Amino acid sequence: MTGSLPLRELIIQGTYLVSSVFFIVGLRGLSSPEKARAGMGYAAVGMLLAIVGTLIHAEIVSYTWVFWGLLAGTTIGIVIGRPLFITVPMTAMPQWVALSHAAGAVAATLVGVNEYMLLSAAGTLPAGTMAALGFEVLLGALTVTGSIMAFGKLQEILPGRPVTWPLQNVMNLVLLTGALGLVVALMLHPEHSAYFWVMLAIAASLGVLMVLPIGGADMPVVISLLNAYAGLSASAMGFALDNNLLIIVGALDGASGLLLSILMCKAMNRSFTNVLFGAFGAPAAAAGKLADGREMRAITPEDAAVRLGYARLVVVVPGYGLAVAQAQHALRELTDLLEKRGVEVKYAIHPVAGRMPGHMNVLLAEANVPYDRLFDMEEVNGEFPRTDVALVIGANDVVNPAARTDPSSPIYGMPILDVDKARSVMVLKRGKGAGFAGIENELFFEPKTFMLFGDAKASLARLVTEVKSM
Amino acid sequence: MSLTTVIQLYVFVLAGFVGYQVISRVPPLLHTPLMSAANALTGISLVGSLVAAGSNHGTLSNVMGFIAVICATVNVVGGFLITDRMLKMFKRDDRKSK
Repeated sequence: MTGSLPLRELIIQGTYLVSSVFFIVGLRGLSSPEKARAGMGYAAVGMLLAIVGTLIHAEIVSYTWVFWGLLAGTTIGIVIGRPLFITVPMTAMPQWVALSHAAGAVAATLVGVNEYMLLSAAGTLPAGTMAALGFEVLLGALTVTGSIMAFGKLQEILPGRPVTWPLQNVMNLVLLTGALGLVVALMLHPEHSAYFWVMLAIAASLGVLMVLPIGGADMPVVISLLNAYAGLSASAMGFALDNNLLIIVGALDGASGLLLSILMCKAMNRSFTNVLFGAFGAPAAAAGKLADGREMRAITPEDAAVRLGYARLVVVVPGYGLAVAQAQHALRELTDLLEKRGVEVKYAIHPVAGRMPGHMNVLLAEANVPYDRLFDMEEVNGEFPRTDVALVIGANDVVNPAARTDPSSPIYGMPILDVDKARSVMVLKRGKGAGFAGIENELFFEPKTFMLFGDAKASLARLVTEVKSM
Repeated sequence: MSLTTVIQLYVFVLAGFVGYQVISRVPPLLHTPLMSAANALTGISLVGSLVAAGSNHGTLSNVMGFIAVICATVNVVGGFLITDRMLKMFKRDDRKSK
């Protein structure tokens, strides 16, 4: 490097460097629950430094728009966001995370569009910068529409079941190739702005088309993946604007999104491509009965309470149904009562239970269940043979033994909680229908399985009353 | 390819590697907060938005930057608020000490 930087640039770069370190230290904090909050504090300081460092940027000549923008954003975030984030149930968190992604990606896309318009008008758009801008806008626009689709599906504004049609994947692939081709064309002829707008339109429709065929059960993977895209879009912005901070934080984000989606796919024993192109979650077969005519066996709350109250070890297996019914507090009350009676209670958490990674952990934490009672699948599976009652609440596919035994099942090979090895199984379930993935569960028809039908919250409240009166 | 681009690629790859190493230590217990923390970090696009909103390149450019600043700020504020709300809930077993 020749020459030295002016003082102002040195200060900016110094601030950015410190900011990057804070971000990494912050993420490092997430490796343990005790340090996590402090870690996020570091990350917030990192973000603040990033803003301060940017505000002294030489290119910023007028602070009017900047000031009002920051003020409006913060106000919207706090005035509308805060009460919303505090009252919105934990179940609805994934879609709000998705919506928040969409907002960030809108910003990335707009910056890219703006930069393209300015540079192409000035006629100074080197191929490298154009490639970076192309990727920024492509990934940004895709994230915007994809996240909004994910929000719609999870909020049940749109149908959660996969929407499919013939040659869907081929069509998406053609569109993606087309968009990439346009980026290359723009690198050669940046002045053809029509290419740019068509590329933007394709990217936006790709976001919709790619999420449409993905079932609600796979949404966590999609949301993590969109997170990675948004991160990569920010990195691309960093390449276009010669900003190392954007590159670093974007890369951190991209890595974390990608890693999370891979971890989730592994937990479901499915490949990335299968999740993204497999259109998982076909319509369910007839409910309540197996092909061989066996039926589920119902149990009354009184009998259920007796079984729980006199057990030595109860392992609770929560699933999305618990979240939907908002029954985590009732569950905590029940397990407290059981523990007072001397029953040992453990919680078994399947990595993909719920709609996002670690969803059940957050949900139970909300109900003040201490996190040292929560056990990962590997830790707890060995416990089931000595478990008196496995209490399955609103979980289905993650306890379906077909994953081990039936090669024709769509979930075959997925690691599951070995609930069927427990001495008895009690299932709290809304009705006789199949699970979210639309697959019938053999476990519910086992002779040692008892079904307690009804809303999970109401059932748990009944159990609490019954156990109290024992 | 210029030297700057090469250095930027170094930075990108190394940051991605650091990210991978750091994130793979996060226990499944904290995966949801991690996801929303990563979402807060997406708001880093605020950096680019601020420059766009504050540069003197005409009203259209400023308005786009302005909207970008709003969106990115909502992302940052929302992301950190959601994450903090979640992390606040994680508690150790306090009943053992009773």
